[in-house]
Amino acid sequence: MKLHEYQSKQLFAQHGVPIPRGEVAETPTQARMIAEEFGGPVAVKSQVLVGGRGKAGGIRLAKSPKEAEKHAKAILKLEIKGLPVRKVLVDEAAEIETEIYLGVTNDRTAGSPVMIASVEGGVEIEEVARTHPDKIARAWVDPLIGLRDYQARNLAAAMELPRQHWAEFSRIAHGLFNTYLNSDATLAEINPLVITKQDSLLALDGKIVLDDNALYRHPDLEKLRDLDEEDPSEREARGNGLSYVKLDGNIGCMVNGAGLAMATMDVIMGLGGEPANFLDIGGGADAEKVAAAIQIILADPEVSSMMFNIFGGITRCDEVARGILIALEEVPREVYLVTRLVGTNEELGRQMLADAKMDTASSLVEAAKMVIEASKIGVAK
Amino acid sequence: MSILINKDSRVLVQGITGREGLFHASQMMDYGTQVVAGVTPGKGGDWVFDGKVPVFDTVERALAATGANCTVLFVPAKFAGDAMLEAADAGVPLIVCITEGVPIQDMMKVRKYLHQEGVRLIGPNCPGLLTPGESKVGIIPGHIADPGSVGVVSRSGTLTYEVLYALQQYGRGVSTCVGIGGDPVNGTGFTDALQMFEDDHHTEAVVMIGEIGGASEERAAEFISTSMTKPVVGFIAGISAPPGKRMGHAGAIIEAGSGLASDKIAALESAGVRVAEHPEAIPELLN
Repeated sequence: MKLHEYQSKQLFAQHGVPIPRGEVAETPTQARMIAEEFGGPVAVKSQVLVGGRGKAGGIRLAKSPKEAEKHAKAILKLEIKGLPVRKVLVDEAAEIETEIYLGVTNDRTAGSPVMIASVEGGVEIEEVARTHPDKIARAWVDPLIGLRDYQARNLAAAMELPRQHWAEFSRIAHGLFNTYLNSDATLAEINPLVITKQDSLLALDGKIVLDDNALYRHPDLEKLRDLDEEDPSEREARGNGLSYVKLDGNIGCMVNGAGLAMATMDVIMGLGGEPANFLDIGGGADAEKVAAAIQIILADPEVSSMMFNIFGGITRCDEVARGILIALEEVPREVYLVTRLVGTNEELGRQMLADAKMDTASSLVEAAKMVIEASKIGVAK
Repeated sequence: MSILINKDSRVLVQGITGREGLFHASQMMDYGTQVVAGVTPGKGGDWVFDGKVPVFDTVERALAATGANCTVLFVPAKFAGDAMLEAADAGVPLIVCITEGVPIQDMMKVRKYLHQEGVRLIGPNCPGLLTPGESKVGIIPGHIADPGSVGVVSRSGTLTYEVLYALQQYGRGVSTCVGIGGDPVNGTGFTDALQMFEDDHHTEAVVMIGEIGGASEERAAEFISTSMTKPVVGFIAGISAPPGKRMGHAGAIIEAGSGLASDKIAALESAGVRVAEHPEAIPELLN
């Protein structure tokens, strides 16, 4: 789960990281009033959960409250990478001397947090990694010990940060690391962390991504979830215990297991078809889950045919077939469907589906060929 | 021969009185696995399966009473980290964690600690281990694999079953199947499993099933090119997956242009691995 910039910065501030004075506005008038209250130049910043806000015109500097209102009006009309802007953050503008990057994330390979710092702040760190890999300093943090003072100092030294800022930088590094720990983040970054013309350090922009698996111990953070920013189908799927990702094709897929769901999409695509989605219904394919999955797949108007790929294993295929038949009684619209069932009692399961005049297949490739054929001629069954 | 588990493995089931734990413990016993004890805090003194398997409150007591040398966890995600540490501290040398959804920061601590203690962890978020004809520890359906000489290692669950089934249909048996799990931070990686298969005299070839996200397949490719003499056949799931979207597994995500299926396939192929276009094509590549 991603947090907005303003939410991220509030969390940073709670952990002692200095941030600019700022408030969120939902209307141009509110933006003007905030700017009036601050009394100087402000930055008006769109709050959407995608990168590239600056390039899209979603971050603008205003010299006066009136200009803040004008910018807010323009920004609140924007759609950035498909997401409408509903809120702007009005921040007191800072006079920037230097921009640096400071972030902490999980290094999968090392199995530990890694703190990353770079003098090339203000641009995406992946971009810096590509163009100036030598300008990136890293400190791997022992998960059992936590960030050590010398590691923060090492980063400051590696960046050749002026020595008078080391103590403050170290304090901010610890604040950032504690934010990451206390919120169970998978990424917490300050970009840019600026040195102002007044010679102080300030977290101008920030981003936090939380570990969905740990949200149960952060009910306060779970409440920050911005439902507007999520695909409604993906949200509905999550509520039903399903994992769904919408794609651009026309062949709906329902599979048990994430790896097999990906492999099923791969086979469909490899044979010239276009998968409409990734959908993992998880372990037992009971009628209720199958029904929810079918509703979600068919809510996508592009879907003209469906393939179910269920590797039963221990699950009995006759039970899966029964679930599918019950679920299909309430389909919102009729489309072609082929089911591939493997596992205990698979003959019985396939027979039950065949008796209901449904196509079945025994191999993955065979099923994929059948559904692709149907998707091309647009058969409705 | 096999790796990690065999007919002599004495298995403890943590979370044995839960729905999943009870069901899969019975499946394991039906398969022939020696399930010697269960642990559920608060249920010590109970027995399950008509008095066949005793339940203990703590791993320490279960171990003292039964001499288990392997544990499998069907413990809810919020308690899984603690349960793994409990097993390690009690002295269990092999932990198999089936549980999905363990917070990643818990996993980083647990992995580091277990590594320091010299404890082998399989998973989490994995289907576990199967040595066909001898023992299964986890949830892999036993009947879809026959004993043989192909080692299987995979990040996936049902996709692994698909591959085991394809091997069986083709008449190829399996030495051991290791499900390492789909989480970004896990106990045993491809490289560890490949090393074990390389060292196992009975394993003649290895099938490795990877997916998008992370760089463990690339590291495995490096290991294969420098340290493996046995042939390896691979499959990578997710060539059709879009970037930035988590594909079910916590670890299956293409981030910032890394973790792409195409890169993994290229790395494996350059290490001499034959990579199958789809799971059903794997067995014939073993020839």
